[in-house]
Amino acid sequence: MSATLSEATQASFVRHPIRLTLNGQMRELQVLPWTTLLDLLREQLDLVGSKKGCDHGQCGACTVLRDGKRINACLTLAVMCDGAQLTTVEGLAEGDQLHPMQQAFIKHDAFQCGYCTPGQICSAVGLANEGRARTPGQISEWMSGNLCRCGAYNNIRDAIEEALPLCQPELEQGGEQ
Amino acid sequence: MNPFQYSKPDTVQAAIDLSSPVSRFIAGGTNLLDLMKENLTRPEHLIDITGLPLADLSETPAGGVMIGALVSNADLAWHPWIERRYPLLSQAILAGASPQLRNMASTGGNLLQRTRCYYFYDASVPCNKREPGSGCPARDGLNRIHAIFGASEQCVATHPSDMCVALAALEAVVHVLGRGGARTIEFADFHRLPGDAPQRDNQLADDELITGIELPAAGFAEHSHYLKIRDRASYAFALVSVAVALELDGPVIRQARLALGGVAHKPWRDRAVESGLTGQTVSRETFTAAADALLQNAEPLAHNGFKVKLARRAIVRALSDAALGSAPSGGQA
Repeated sequence: MSATLSEATQASFVRHPIRLTLNGQMRELQVLPWTTLLDLLREQLDLVGSKKGCDHGQCGACTVLRDGKRINACLTLAVMCDGAQLTTVEGLAEGDQLHPMQQAFIKHDAFQCGYCTPGQICSAVGLANEGRARTPGQISEWMSGNLCRCGAYNNIRDAIEEALPLCQPELEQGGEQ
Repeated sequence: MNPFQYSKPDTVQAAIDLSSPVSRFIAGGTNLLDLMKENLTRPEHLIDITGLPLADLSETPAGGVMIGALVSNADLAWHPWIERRYPLLSQAILAGASPQLRNMASTGGNLLQRTRCYYFYDASVPCNKREPGSGCPARDGLNRIHAIFGASEQCVATHPSDMCVALAALEAVVHVLGRGGARTIEFADFHRLPGDAPQRDNQLADDELITGIELPAAGFAEHSHYLKIRDRASYAFALVSVAVALELDGPVIRQARLALGGVAHKPWRDRAVESGLTGQTVSRETFTAAADALLQNAEPLAHNGFKVKLARRAIVRALSDAALGSAPSGGQA
């Protein structure tokens, strides 16, 4: 393989050191430039809660929180997360105490197969951190980046509506709001 | 995704010095990484510009707002200056993509996103935009989502951005820096029509970096509206979108801006139609006449004739809503 690669390409096979806080734990890692955050989580760190649905930012199953804001891990390079504070679905509960959003999803039966659920829950926590959604219509509009092929949308919306007031915003920096 | 080298410079000048014909700048990455996963572009070197000091908004001496190229779409849409003074821009941004993507995507990158023409996105078929001279399967193929204005024999693709439609109506100015120094580009001149070189979406040179987008002082906050029509209620590209900005004196139109998305290779404006609205009285007849005048130049393809009728109705509705007064931005009721 390497015989056919240009010098520039061969030179690119360099792992870059990154430091990040992952679910509250400081991690020092070495990553190849083209490794996505989603592949880092699933393939190297065994955090398989975040799902690879479309791998193109269209389904939201890979949604995680970076500095409190929801992003698509499939369209994020791991190397560009140096210094970030990341939360995946595995980091939401406090020990055995589920996050209010997780509790509400169970109470409202807000899933069927469960594949999209980690992304839905992380996205909903991101929605809570944004602190803007007030109405069921706004919840639907601002959850539109998370698809559910089973069609559990009504229960997902109900769960989020109930949990929103129970979620403490966890934005890392204030921004301009 | 192909292997590539990765650099993260600290200064704008260092980023430009690192650039080459085989490098690409990366900020949000929401479109670039998607294109790389599809093997539609294979840069040998990614230059991460997220460490550059271009993530702020500031007031300009002319009374407008300078938006740093790295301000995220979400931060821009929700910024109090933008919500209050340029609600058209907030509305357009929030009509596009998903909350996750808006948190990632940068202002500069939004201008540079590629078309979502499904032939462009399929590496197994020819495409003049991907491989100049290879042909255009869209022109005589499935062209329901394609252009009705400004297309060429070589390319019938549309520009996918919502934000850019509002920036066109607001007559923003793009600030860029390259090896030749800094320059500004009027928004109307930034994106190109496809002509004989559909591979070039805009006027930016390889070594040039967008550093900021300048909004003029006039934000048309009293009478503006962004209307987007798409195949589903949320999170889809526009079939037709309309950005309207009006300056009214009672019922009389002093100035009108009208930009269309989803219909051309760039945000589409017709200055003759806009100036024809000046001095007219706000009415359904006035708006219908303007829509008819604009659309008489439409050149629909085999499958997108519906866009002409859709655009006509969308223009009338957007003009009417803008004349009534701007609705606050921020999702559905």
